[in-house]
Amino acid sequence: MASTVEALSPSEDHEGHGEHHPPHLAHHFASPRQQEYSGKLGMWLFLVQEVLFFSGLFCAYSVYRSNHPEIFVYAHNYLNTTLGATNTAVLIFSSLTMALAVRAAQNSQRKTLIVCLILTIVCGFIFMGIKYTEYSHKWHEGLLWGHHYDPAFAPGEEHLSGGHNASHGEEGEAGMIAEEHGSEAETGEPDSSVEPAPQATASPPPKVDTSAPITPATAVGSQLPKPGEATSETIAAAGPLAIPAEASPQNVQIFFSIYFMMTGLHGVHVVAGIIVLFWLLRRSIRGDFSREYSAPVDLVGLYWHLVDLVWIYLFPLLYLIH
Amino acid sequence: MATDIAPQRSGLAEQPPTDNYLTHSSGLSSWIFTLDHKRIGMMYLIGVTTALFLGGIFALVLRIELLTPGKTIISADTYNQMFTLHGAVMVFLFIIPGIPAALGNFVLPLMLGAKDVAFPRLNLFSFHLWVMGLCMFLLTLILGGLDTGWTFYAPYSVTTNTSVISALTGAFLLGFSSIFTGLNFIVTSHVLRPKGMNWFKLPLFIWALYATAIIQVLATPVLAITLLLLLVEKATGIGVFDPALGGDPVLFQHFFWFYSHPAVYIMVLPAMGVISELIAAFTHKRIFGYSFIAFSSVGIAVIGFLVWGHHMFTSGESKLVAMVFSGITFTVAIPSAIKVFNWVASLYKGSIRLATPMLYALSFLVLFSIGGLTGLHLATLSVDVYFHDTYFVVAHFHYVMVGSALTAMLGGLFYWWPKMVGRMYNETVGQISAGFVFVGFNMTFFPQFILGCQGMPRRYYNYLPEFQTWHQVSTCGALTLGVGIMLATGCLLHALLRGRIAPANPWGGTTLEWQCSSPPPFDNFKSPPPIHDPYDVDYIVYDEAIGGYVQRDDVPQAGARSQPESGSEG
Repeated sequence: MASTVEALSPSEDHEGHGEHHPPHLAHHFASPRQQEYSGKLGMWLFLVQEVLFFSGLFCAYSVYRSNHPEIFVYAHNYLNTTLGATNTAVLIFSSLTMALAVRAAQNSQRKTLIVCLILTIVCGFIFMGIKYTEYSHKWHEGLLWGHHYDPAFAPGEEHLSGGHNASHGEEGEAGMIAEEHGSEAETGEPDSSVEPAPQATASPPPKVDTSAPITPATAVGSQLPKPGEATSETIAAAGPLAIPAEASPQNVQIFFSIYFMMTGLHGVHVVAGIIVLFWLLRRSIRGDFSREYSAPVDLVGLYWHLVDLVWIYLFPLLYLIH
Repeated sequence: MATDIAPQRSGLAEQPPTDNYLTHSSGLSSWIFTLDHKRIGMMYLIGVTTALFLGGIFALVLRIELLTPGKTIISADTYNQMFTLHGAVMVFLFIIPGIPAALGNFVLPLMLGAKDVAFPRLNLFSFHLWVMGLCMFLLTLILGGLDTGWTFYAPYSVTTNTSVISALTGAFLLGFSSIFTGLNFIVTSHVLRPKGMNWFKLPLFIWALYATAIIQVLATPVLAITLLLLLVEKATGIGVFDPALGGDPVLFQHFFWFYSHPAVYIMVLPAMGVISELIAAFTHKRIFGYSFIAFSSVGIAVIGFLVWGHHMFTSGESKLVAMVFSGITFTVAIPSAIKVFNWVASLYKGSIRLATPMLYALSFLVLFSIGGLTGLHLATLSVDVYFHDTYFVVAHFHYVMVGSALTAMLGGLFYWWPKMVGRMYNETVGQISAGFVFVGFNMTFFPQFILGCQGMPRRYYNYLPEFQTWHQVSTCGALTLGVGIMLATGCLLHALLRGRIAPANPWGGTTLEWQCSSPPPFDNFKSPPPIHDPYDVDYIVYDEAIGGYVQRDDVPQAGARSQPESGSEG
């Protein structure tokens, strides 16, 4: 959208009504005001479109959550609320810097504008970095969608071990595995009830490739005959963070399907935002924006705020379920 | 818009200026990367016509296959692919972009008195997205086709081995192409109206395009996310629509129809807009019930969002939900009927001229009435349970999509062709084509109502021998329809090459696009044209010398409204 009002060249004077157009005014507009208004309206429509684009996912979320609240209550414990909250704070801060950038552009404060844009971009990168940490954590622990779902932990101790797993690299995994074996009763427990069908019928579980480094799939199978005892042990052994509730409900993977779709799509939007911010940064270093012409900064700001807003909904919906 | 605008005289009803949008610049890249809405419209036109022929060939193969029960020319698997691709190509590549993107792009800024759409780059981008979508569908053809039906219903679409992914990608891209066109049109209609052009001086085609654009912007994103979910499901097994993984395939149907029912109005609303223009021009009379036609467009667009569940009466909806959807579906008939009544009332005491576009418009009135009324049969719960997935449904939606949308598009093409290419078509051939299309269409699809009543299910390769006669009639009709469309195409192409030079206003159209020369100059209007009532025929008068209509007060631009009597010299 922003590109449609891109100026042809940096502009000096914007007296601009009537006969000669200011350089940033496209030929089919009568005045800069008309052009700016078009851009705004177009951007808002685009945002409406974005909201509806996400709405499908929110709708799927509501349907599945209202049909199976137990899945959501159970599975959200796998998510790391601290990281989620940090990300929320980062994005809210980036919204502030973006808003300041818009103000700076409108006031022709080139340096402030550049600083604010850089801060916003940095926040975007921090957000994506934290997101990456969360994703890779889930990837290693088999907390994935569909057939790939094969958790290495019950949700309770996921938090305990999650801390060091995230900081460890590849070499940390050996230790992790050992740790798991140490408390096999707990690790096996959620699996056994999540995927009883494939285990029982001895069909080759398609999860093996992704979760092979960590999960002792065979050990999981061996836990099958006595799920009841395993559950009681889990409750006894798991720390205060473990959910005291019963065994894992069926179809927990649907939560992760939705989690990855929603956060993934949001992440794509953040990346797109970062790219556009770089474009803005380049233009502001070139000195394109001023009191008379700051529409692109405005429009990107609107977009960035929407992306933040989506996250502000995603965070409680996914991380803070009770 | 990097190109400077050459200073140029305003060409209001004068001899065509030497420079027009076709001759403004030359070379392939001056078309492919043009930002001019007229050229983009023409490229869309070429594109959607190609898609029409592609989909049409699939249709003919299907019909020929159905000449006899069992195998006639193709295998059952090929048949499945044919009807799928026929549907997908016709819906996503032809009808949805057909009128808005091709005709709308060309006409909307001209009608509005604007120099271009609000976002020319976005307009071009949306065309490029369309081309990418086309490429993805061609890729689908090469990679082994598609046999899910155009609806991509899960879970079959997840398990089939045909190349669903490329088709989904194509439909996804085409969806965004459609969204951006709609977005552009909304902003253009809001912002680029010249002074004096208020909402009730907008031509009805713009109202229709505006209503369409609302649907495009609000409904298409839901399709996009649905297709994306299905795509991810197919690629990685995310399981959102897979019951084996806890997903819900009915959710897919809800999502799909939340878009695809409003999409029906994306197809038919612009067609209705075209018809309003045609009837106004060829009755040479102010259109009856302007504001009713205008608001009924918006009404249809709004109600259209609330009826998607009527596609799912048989997928286990609760009785209450089914009743609500059925009831709302009936209410769509009200604004639709308001339009038809107003068009018919416009004919009354008009000086009707049965030129080709008007013949198409009259065909539309008949075909749309049939299509609309049979929709009421299907909205009735008890009847729908019987008719669901039979040829009755097929006949019904073809009456609306082809009988209405395609007919209106052909009518609109004949109407605006002189404006687009600056040349007149052969009237006799045009009229014959309209006859062939009308007869061929009815012969194809009316028998399908009968077949549906007798219980012939849709999408079946084989059928009982007693259905054969009607199937054969239908196939003959399809061939006739094909001849009609070929004739129309031939007629228009002949005009492009050999036609008589068209005057600025050959039909007595009263909307603004007829005030610029044919073909229009590069930037449409040098200065905003004078605005008056869009359907006031008192402002124009026939001039024998140029074989077209001219403004009554032939002094360009000066005293626009003041002297309607100032002379008939032309």
